[in-house]
Amino acid sequence: MGLRIIVLAKQVPDTRNVGKDAMKEDGTVNRGALPAIFNPEDLNALEQALRLKEKYAGTEVILLTMGPTRASEIIREALYRGADKGYLLTDRKFAGSDTLATSYAISLAIKKLAPYDLVISGRQAIDGDTAQVGPQTAEKLEIGQVTYAEEILGIENNKITIKRRLERGIEVVSSPLPLLVTVHGSAPACRTRNSKLFMKYKHSKTVTELQEATEDYIKLQKDRPYLTIEELSAADINVDSEMVGLSGSPTKVKKIENVVLAHKESKILSDQDKDIENLMKELIDNHIIG
Amino acid sequence: MNNIFVYCEIDEGAVADVSLELLSKGKKLATELNCKLEAIVIGSKLDNIEKSLYPYGVDIVHKADDTRLYPYTTLPHCSIITRIFKEEKPQIALFGATSIGRDLAPRIASSLRCGLTADCTNLVIGEYTENKTGKEYKDLLYQIRPAFGGSIIATIVNPETRPQLATVREGVMKNEIFSNSYKGEVRNIKVASYLKDSDFIVKIIDRQIEAKKINIKSAPIIVAGGYGMGSKSGFNKLFELASLIGGEVGASRAAVDAGFAEHERQIGQTGVTVRPKLYIAAGISGAVQHRAGMDQSAQIISISNDPKAPINSIADYVIIGDVNDIIPKMIKYYKEKSK
Ligand SMILES: Cc1cc2nc3c(=O)[nH]c(=O)nc-3n(C[C@H](O)[C@H](O)[C@H](O)COP(=O)(O)OP(=O)(O)OC[C@H]3O[C@@H](n4cnc5c(N)ncnc54)[C@H](O)[C@@H]3O)c2cc1C
Repeated sequence: MGLRIIVLAKQVPDTRNVGKDAMKEDGTVNRGALPAIFNPEDLNALEQALRLKEKYAGTEVILLTMGPTRASEIIREALYRGADKGYLLTDRKFAGSDTLATSYAISLAIKKLAPYDLVISGRQAIDGDTAQVGPQTAEKLEIGQVTYAEEILGIENNKITIKRRLERGIEVVSSPLPLLVTVHGSAPACRTRNSKLFMKYKHSKTVTELQEATEDYIKLQKDRPYLTIEELSAADINVDSEMVGLSGSPTKVKKIENVVLAHKESKILSDQDKDIENLMKELIDNHIIG
Repeated sequence: MNNIFVYCEIDEGAVADVSLELLSKGKKLATELNCKLEAIVIGSKLDNIEKSLYPYGVDIVHKADDTRLYPYTTLPHCSIITRIFKEEKPQIALFGATSIGRDLAPRIASSLRCGLTADCTNLVIGEYTENKTGKEYKDLLYQIRPAFGGSIIATIVNPETRPQLATVREGVMKNEIFSNSYKGEVRNIKVASYLKDSDFIVKIIDRQIEAKKINIKSAPIIVAGGYGMGSKSGFNKLFELASLIGGEVGASRAAVDAGFAEHERQIGQTGVTVRPKLYIAAGISGAVQHRAGMDQSAQIISISNDPKAPINSIADYVIIGDVNDIIPKMIKYYKEKSK
């Protein structure tokens, strides 16, 4: 029983450890200085897909990402870990898309890649933390959704069983395929690169990247078609231009503010007994405690 | 038409806290916009549930009561709400930013092709001028949320699409009764006509949900520990101090990640938002993501060995020194002084 699985992933700036070199003098974040990484929960999603590939012979794992040319980095990263193929959905027209416009474009790309049994993505991307693209894509594909998956337990007779992680516990659900699943960060971490696959795919390039490559490269790609990462443009998936980019995005950013630290006049105390004693007395006298 | 709707989640047979917080905020927005406040409750055995909603100033309760509607699954709730929104045309609709709200609201937004903002920490009514066209909008909902790992705060608007949809973080809006004698009306939804068989493709086989154990959100005093507490046993001293002064123990993410405290105690952007009358931060540096969950506390005491820790600048009292030294002293002098 081979499955056809599409994994959705995004390349994101690493907002988790905003180090000193990423801070500008005015204390704001210099986004350009943040390393671009494979969105962490999308790696958890990829791992779930790769486990299904091991379990069910003939399964094909296809990575789909929407982003600029350099997002091909995460496609290669997925190929090194066991994905079979990757597509880069890229077009200037997509710039400025909010989650609704993004899910519209992604859903059209998925339809283009049909048939599929499963679409798996991370719960949310760390640059926006919205968790909206998964459910919105499912709605546009008119298929069911199961969010916050911690483990795909198995598939039998076209029915998938999934363990979900909720705030205060777990839930096990079943659903017929096709289905969209979003994976929670508590799911097993993704395997590391496989050295054979790394050797196999390290020269893979997108069509755009190939345009800047040397003759040798172009010949190499001709001999080994699996090294070409396909690109999908807005025209390839027949988008209605009004429904992507800024015009297709109902949400508008009115204002962006840097978080500024409010400043209070604080009383500075030492660790000496006298200071602590006075503090506790003051708190009790002011009825803040006691 | 044009009213404010709040989706009310059901938790252990009652309306969830976050939904009550949203009703409280919804009422204020409705008063400002001079419109009604409506609630949607979907579940099973909902007899008399409206009684817990009216005091929040709810004018209309849309009730869908059917055994198949609890526990929550996405599609039936989505079908019911989508149809209500199509018929009632709300101007604003709010959901809790919970595992349910963040599963449900995007699906509804996609189906209605409306803008949705996730995980808001503030909602304000204001105006907006579209840059390109110069078109002016009045009485829009400003949906305010942290982004980029908490380093920036974004204000989002949905000028054209209705309803303006937002999910809102638990704990950031105050739970406030509007009037205990307020009376609204119930509209019972004929569930069968809203649903199709295909709404029930996802079946729940097993559910193991723990009852709410720790309720740090409503604690008047919070003694929170960070990575600087050094160990799980370091936290024992915090529990001792907290129980003595009538508080609960909270934690930073670094402390939770290190295994010093349970995740339920985590305060901040990815934890709980609290606004106690006293917040004691022990061995916490005060990263933006932590401050986002506690900077509304009435009084803040910071205990740190680092005079430059960011938390100090929002604290009313800063004690410079070692937590392992200072916490026992606080316990000792509280015991002495409170006699
Ligand atoms: C997207 C995102 C979401 C996040 N969400 C949250 C969240 O919800 N909540 C949260 O808390 N964090 C969150 N974080 C993490 C946050 O950025 C910080 O890493 C975290 O808050 C640091 O915890 P801390 O202050 O306990 O540890 P540290 O930053 O390591 O600070 C420890 C402090 O203790 C002091 N100290 C050490 N030893 C002692 C001692 N013996 N006596 C006195 N003082 C001592 C140190 O000087 C230091 O100031 C998030 C991060 C990201 C990127």
